[in-house]
Amino acid sequence: MSEPTIRIQKIKKDTVKTRLIIFGILALILLFCSVFCEHLTPYDPYLQDLKNAKAPPSPEHLFGTDRYGRDMLSRVIVGSKTSIFSTLLLVGIVTVLGTMVGVFCGWHGKWIDTVLMRISDMFLAFPGLVFAMAVAGVLGGGLQNAIIALVAISWPKYARIARSQTLAQKETPYLKAARLSGSGTWKIIFKHILPNIVGPIFVTSMLDIGTMMMELAGLSFLGLGAKPPTAEWGSMMSDARSLLSSVPWVTLAPGFAIFVSVMIFNLLGDTIRDYADPKSRGR
Amino acid sequence: MDQAILKVDNLTKVFSRKGKPDFTAVDHISFTMHPGECVGLIGESGSGKTTVVNMITRLLDPTEGSIILGGEDITRFSGRELRKVYARMQMVFQTPTDSFDPRCTLGDGIGESLRNNGWSRKETKDEVTRLLEMCGLSADFASRYPHQVSGGQCQRAAIARALAIKPRLLICDEATSSLDVTIQKEIIALLNKLRWEKGSDLSILFICHDIALVQQFCNRVLVLYKGKIVEQGEPDEVIRNPQDPYTRHLIDSIL
Repeated sequence: MSEPTIRIQKIKKDTVKTRLIIFGILALILLFCSVFCEHLTPYDPYLQDLKNAKAPPSPEHLFGTDRYGRDMLSRVIVGSKTSIFSTLLLVGIVTVLGTMVGVFCGWHGKWIDTVLMRISDMFLAFPGLVFAMAVAGVLGGGLQNAIIALVAISWPKYARIARSQTLAQKETPYLKAARLSGSGTWKIIFKHILPNIVGPIFVTSMLDIGTMMMELAGLSFLGLGAKPPTAEWGSMMSDARSLLSSVPWVTLAPGFAIFVSVMIFNLLGDTIRDYADPKSRGR
Repeated sequence: MDQAILKVDNLTKVFSRKGKPDFTAVDHISFTMHPGECVGLIGESGSGKTTVVNMITRLLDPTEGSIILGGEDITRFSGRELRKVYARMQMVFQTPTDSFDPRCTLGDGIGESLRNNGWSRKETKDEVTRLLEMCGLSADFASRYPHQVSGGQCQRAAIARALAIKPRLLICDEATSSLDVTIQKEIIALLNKLRWEKGSDLSILFICHDIALVQQFCNRVLVLYKGKIVEQGEPDEVIRNPQDPYTRHLIDSIL
């Protein structure tokens, strides 16, 4: 009886590893594209060629051209720079900021914890994207402001995780031992607390990359993010949506790019979560 | 007798709970420890032993009373002042593996107090090796992680960590309870050896629920029951002639 069980577990573990490698490589390819996008484009993404406007996909223009005759493939590739980089920047800022607030609250406790956590409750009470639209609307359009708006709505989630993890760490004997060894607050936070809580926070932020990418593209689609003619997937879709029935490829190309990258980052996040949690891996 | 190393006066801890009456975990206890003395604190679980030591080490704020360490009242110390106090008082915890940070090596943990007191990396490394050898472990344990060693080895490392800064008071909070009997014996032998070596430079407050262990190890015993010290004296005397009904019950339950 015991042999088959062992075999099943082995296979399971291997798939997680394989998945991790596959999605890791796919994500790296996406990052590679966005870093070297200028060198990968077949045409100049901003060069207008009105004779060739609204051309359907063909061997010369794989994704066709838009209403100014700009090559869609080049624009989608260049758009990856704005979309992927802004998303990673956004996730990075939210993770660091939220973790800082959470660790501070968990460690300090007392009234400051209560005040900050009630504020985070207030943020969590609003529906996310609607609140982000309001913030971005008040700040005015532009990619920077869209990022600020999304940071404002996303930090409480990370603050909550970091706080609860810090509270759990605080009660462990090794943290008491660290206090007894005469370590100051900063040393304890950076040497003992952060290394022990970084795992779950990292998994959450990996899972959030896909969502953040969609929300950022969503804000751009609504005209609250990147402004044309900057190539950004959300604003490109919004730009061409009136022509959806006659030249569908102009909308579909960036849509497809969003779909693929959100999918890859979501699956990567899922896989990292499975990999990081040996309990769910064993089953 | 020269000056007391630790004087605890009327120490009280009241936990206030929402919607329930207050709970007095430790109720006005007072005792004194002299240099070189080994005092046992025994009592059943829930009797307030751990609360007492957490208050003495200032990991928990007392509700009332005072703690005087080497003539200095440390009851209201905080921050930098409190960190200095930890050079004179150290603790060995009940769960050896959990008392080391899983992300740091045993060497890091043992040397942490030295590094915090201005020792260089090189000096710390040499001292950690010496401490490990004193506690019966080889030098390569410094580079191992807590989950890579056994409970007994980890507890030896914990004792090495506690003694690194050369404290005058060592508190052992059920330091042997989670170990099996043979390892327990080894740890007691190690503590005994250290006591002989250090003489009056090291006093030990030994928290335990095993009265037999206290009898062979301690000079004096305090019996704690429901947060109060119900009896104290020399272990042999207390065991042979218990005055309090609870002590009698405790002894009967073992023999």
